[in-house]
Amino acid sequence: MDKLNFSKQELERYSRHLILPEFNIEGQKKLKAAKVLVVGSGGLGSPLLLYLAAAGVGTIGIVDFDHVDESNLQRQVLFGVDDIGVPKVEAAKRRLEKLNPHIDIKTYNTWLTSDNALEIIKDYDVVADGTDNFPTRYLVNDACVLLDKVNVYASIYRFEGQASVFNELLEDGSRGPNYRDLFPTPPPPGLVPSCAEGGVIGVLPGILGSLQANEVIKVLSGVGSTLSGRLFLFDAASFETRTVKVHKSPDNPLTGEHPSQSGLIDYQQFCSGERQPEEELETKIKTMSVEEYLALRTSGEAHQLIDVREPFEYEIAEMGGELLPLGSIEKNVDRIAKDRKVIVHCKAGKRSADAIERLQGAFGLNNLYNLEGGILAWAEKVDADLAKY
Amino acid sequence: MAQVIIPTPLRKFTNSQARFEAAGNTVQDVLKALSTQHQGLKTHLLDENGELRSFVRVYLGDEDINFLQKGATPIEANSIISIIPAIAGGIV
Repeated sequence: MDKLNFSKQELERYSRHLILPEFNIEGQKKLKAAKVLVVGSGGLGSPLLLYLAAAGVGTIGIVDFDHVDESNLQRQVLFGVDDIGVPKVEAAKRRLEKLNPHIDIKTYNTWLTSDNALEIIKDYDVVADGTDNFPTRYLVNDACVLLDKVNVYASIYRFEGQASVFNELLEDGSRGPNYRDLFPTPPPPGLVPSCAEGGVIGVLPGILGSLQANEVIKVLSGVGSTLSGRLFLFDAASFETRTVKVHKSPDNPLTGEHPSQSGLIDYQQFCSGERQPEEELETKIKTMSVEEYLALRTSGEAHQLIDVREPFEYEIAEMGGELLPLGSIEKNVDRIAKDRKVIVHCKAGKRSADAIERLQGAFGLNNLYNLEGGILAWAEKVDADLAKY
Repeated sequence: MAQVIIPTPLRKFTNSQARFEAAGNTVQDVLKALSTQHQGLKTHLLDENGELRSFVRVYLGDEDINFLQKGATPIEANSIISIIPAIAGGIV
């Protein structure tokens, strides 16, 4: 630690830390020596990365497979309009290097998967999980447990946020609770909110991501007491906050009394609920690509296009379909043609598949086709004037 | 009456109601009253055997009922029961 020296610029830059009695130059040295991996550079990752870089964390790794999209800018304050279309890790690195030239930024332009997670995470001290889906959350947690890394966690949904610190090294040498102690298994896909319900108020990831950055800095510097063993809850709509206890569970499949898992698993399958019969049903759903649908439309062949999204989505973008939201699809079966091809679409193809499954099951319809990729694919490949949301 | 705080993802089953009040002696009494009044909630809270689902936690105050007496945990008139679901972010 002592061999770490700060330049005059660094001393000036970090002076508000250095004059903070609890933190001082010792805390700053710990930050400089630390390696933090941020998984996901989106809504949570943006403030996390900005604050960790500004604060002087010596090595920051960023994992993200995505490109910057117009719809990101409502909350992902790391990026600007000039970054649209650029890989997020590249745009992030560029911005952070301008913010703090005294730190090292490493980028991984890839999905974090069971094949690469251990290899990527092993070089870091702390992982900050800013992802947006269950498979990656379980993957990050399990990899951190297997590698003895701290997992600083935050998660958001609409107006609601959660934060905690998992698997922290405690004074007695043991590790604090991890995500599997709180939620041993993910919700089955049917109970996960659909993309129509997946909106988020733009400031919320800013608040939670900042709290996450604060916890990372506390873990690294040893200042204060972290959220290890506690879960912080924030309702941005009502402005209510609560902090509840998280205990180590004897049933934890990794760290419980009878561990049943000793390595990483297939997390996509784990979060898909492994419902074999339903998969068989899905194969019975006929599909149509947007190119095929365009050809059908141009040919003048009689058909019907049904849009099973919500009215508020229709307001953003529509492609001429008849709006029959998924929730009331059975009630509106009379409005669905029986004598010609009926193409059903939603935003990305999941709800329309659900609609077809229900209609085939309840009414035996066999003229239904699921538009693959939904209106997003149509906007991408056919009608560039449509807003992608 | 005891109060249940309903998390955002489940409010679509409670007509956007964020809080639910019911009288009862145990956590289970109140959760039963809740899922009777809002039928859609039931499958999200309890499995086929009536056990709490593994992706939902129920707290009495700041304590997990699994580390108290589970459903049989006694409550008081001013108890606050929180339902805490797993949330992951925007993507399904």
